This record gives sequence, C-alpha cells and structure tokens, in this order.
Amino acid sequence: MRSTPLHDRHVAAGARMMPFAGFEMPVQYRGIREEHIAVRRSVGIFDVSHMGQVETRGPDAERFLQRMLSNDVRRVPEGGAQYSVMCREDAGVLDDLFTYRLAENHFLTVTNAANHERDLGWLRDHAGDFDADVLDCADRYAMLAVQGPQARKLVGRLADGALPPRMHCCERTVAGATMLVCGTGYTGEDGVELLLTPDAAEDVWDAMVQAGAEPAGLGARDTLRLEVCFHLYGNDLCEDRGPIEAGLGWCCKEETGFIGAAAVAEARNSPPAERLVPFVVEGAGIARPGNPVVGGGEVSSGTFSPCLRRGIGMAYVSAQASEPGTAIEIDVRGTIRQATVERKPLYRKGS
Amino acid sequence: MRQASYPDDLLYHSEHDWARVEGEEATFGITWYAQDALGEVVYFDLPKVGATVSSGEAYAEVESVKAVSDVYAPLSGEIVAVNDALADQPEAINEDPYGNGWLVKVKLSDLAERDSLMDAAAYESSLT
Repeated sequence: MRSTPLHDRHVAAGARMMPFAGFEMPVQYRGIREEHIAVRRSVGIFDVSHMGQVETRGPDAERFLQRMLSNDVRRVPEGGAQYSVMCREDAGVLDDLFTYRLAENHFLTVTNAANHERDLGWLRDHAGDFDADVLDCADRYAMLAVQGPQARKLVGRLADGALPPRMHCCERTVAGATMLVCGTGYTGEDGVELLLTPDAAEDVWDAMVQAGAEPAGLGARDTLRLEVCFHLYGNDLCEDRGPIEAGLGWCCKEETGFIGAAAVAEARNSPPAERLVPFVVEGAGIARPGNPVVGGGEVSSGTFSPCLRRGIGMAYVSAQASEPGTAIEIDVRGTIRQATVERKPLYRKGS
Repeated sequence: MRQASYPDDLLYHSEHDWARVEGEEATFGITWYAQDALGEVVYFDLPKVGATVSSGEAYAEVESVKAVSDVYAPLSGEIVAVNDALADQPEAINEDPYGNGWLVKVKLSDLAERDSLMDAAAYESSLT
C-alpha cells in the first residue's frame, strides 16, 4: 500500500482512510456531507496526489499525442488545458485525461491512478514512430485540488501572481513553493488544481488549511462530481464501452486520426444500443453501481446527493429510454425504485 | 454522538446491534460503533409492522452516502412499531443511536435468547 506525501496530515486530522488504487487515501474528515457543502459554499482542499502524471517531450510530441488522445491537441495553446479520452482501436475507452501544454513541444498529462501504469505502457508502446519521449513523472508530483467559490481568492492571496483562468495553467509560487497552477477541477465549482514537488506538499497544505480551506476526502469528491455528471473511470467509463455511448463524443475529433477514430466515427453513424444518462430517484431509495435498470441497462454511478437530498446517479440505458423526462425503474437490491432520466448537470448553481 | 458509548442497561449482538428488553418487548437499534463506521446515515428503509425478525438475521438496511449496511436482529419476534421519524431525520441514528435513533420495537418470541447476547462490558471489549 502506498501513501501520499500528505498521509500524516490526514491521520492527524482524524481522516477515515481507505485503500484506493493502491494508495491509502482519506475518504472523509468531518463527514462527506459537511465536506461536500463546504466545497459548494466556500472552499475545500483535496489531496489527489495518487493521480499519475506523464510528460511528453520532443519535436513530435504534439503529433504523437494527436494520435493517442481523442481531442485535437493542436488547439491547446501554451499554458492551455484540454480534456480527452484515450481509446483502443475498437474505441474501448482506456482512460479519461487532462493534458496541459507547458511549452511548444512539452506536455503534461494527468492520468487516473488506477490506470497510470497501463496508460504509460500504452503510450510507450506507440511512441516508436515518433521523435518524442514519454516520461513517467508520477513520483515527481504531489497534487492538490482547491475548489469552491472562495478557492481562487484563497489561493490568490498566497500566490505571487494572478491565477490562470479556467482551462489554462501557469507556473506560480504559492505559499512559498513553485508549482504548476491549473484552472481545472472535478467538482463543478470554480477553483484550481496544483501540481507541486512532494517535499513542498505538507507546507502548502498547512497554509491552505490555515487560510480556511476545509480538508475534503474522496467521499465528497465523488458526490460533488456526480452532482455535475462528471465521469469516473471504472464506473461510467471502461474498456468495454466507447466514448459515444458514454456521452463523450464532444471531446473526440476523428479527423485527427487518433487510435480508435474509425470505430468512434462508426458509432456516431450507427448509434450504440445503450447511452449513459443522468437520473434522479423519485422518492426514497439510493441507486448504487451495478443495480440493473428494468428493461435493459445498469447503474454505473449512484449516491445520495447532499445538495438535491435524494438518490442520483448515471446509468447506461437503452437508447429509447435515454430522453430526459423518461421514467425508468431501477432494481435496488430487490426493491424497484422509480427514477427519471434528466439532463446534465443534475445540480446547478442557484438551485 | 462524538464519544463512544455503550449503555449498561442494554444487551448487545456481535453484529453491532443493541436490544433494550422491557417485559416481553424489546427496542432495537445499532450501536455507536456501527453508526461511526457507517458515517452519516442518509436513508433508513423502514421495515413493516407485523414482519417477523429472527435473531442473528438481517431485517433492514441502513445507508450512508457511500455504503449500505445490513441491520441484524439481536432477538427474534414480531415488529410492533417502527421509528417513522427516521424517514425525515435518518441522522438521528448517528446523533442518538440509543434514544431517538431507535429502529424498531419487537414483541419477543423467545426470552431465553437474551442469554446469548453480550452485556455492555463484553461488547465493548469485543471491539478492541
């Protein structure tokens, strides 16, 4: 079992720890609901150091990533960020990723912890024809996410310059440590993600918490992302399904010729039998991953929404049942629960 | 309820459930240990009045944001009352697991079953 550089801080704060992707991670501190509400109303801080990082450098770096990533990497400026998926030839999704362009021929890609080794191997296996180096940088970075309406103000006060806008990144010194600040996040709130050297992580964490950031764990991370219908690899995304049925056609640009592009184009033309949709449970009950949808399909993510105060989730349902407003039934451990297909996101500011 | 607590007047089952026996009836709930492990309860599916429960068998489920846990009956009998207040305030199970967080009241079918339950001291030491 691996630990992140902030392990001692979590234990000292009374966090309930749990294994996740080979790391001992904090699930909650004060409580999932409290942490969730703190992020929605104010500011929370997450240790996401378990995530992996891959750097790609060289004259062919952009061309190589064009081949590997579904989105159009040419559109990422220096200091820009972009979301994409990485697919097999048959369009099966291997991971969903954020890539940052640090310099013309230098990129940083953040991988999901559970997929890091596989992603690295896949990238390296395909790099042979390109003048580009693929570097495993997972051990070089600790990573923190500071999220919420007050997040930018809090981090800004500790930074030596303006923070990058959404979907951009830049180097800054924050709380005494030089780091990459990224205008990205996984909560549906404004905020930043910080990539820094592991040695600096404890001091930066302390400074943020002292400034008012509420420590938040993986439990709240999941309820926050599900309220805004962000995908979680392993639940909503897997190798057996392509991006079109997962609702990620928007980040696929087949004209760039990425691995899997032909299969993705085919799926666009002949829509798959099932589609991923968000839903809310009507009345009592909480749907959980794996719960079958009556008539075809299954719940991929499910939880209790602290903001909506009801069961919510995402499910693969038959295409005929995928229109917002459709009533569906979910078999929750033998009890049939009524649910309604909705549009993304399930939670909106001001609701 | 911040501090661990195991009242002396209750009997305890190894699956982290308690029983308060009064004559031929008993009230059941989950222990401090169980609610602490679960985290904040967001949903309790109330069983039906009239249903039978059997000692050592699950008769209901309690849910936190992240997980679902079975609730076990310490003693056998028939449910005569359920705590309806939990439908709106499931967090009472965390805040007051031995008082307002009670789950069901049962008419007991076999008082001798009490002998196989633990007292507070025995249960508390079983936790370490």
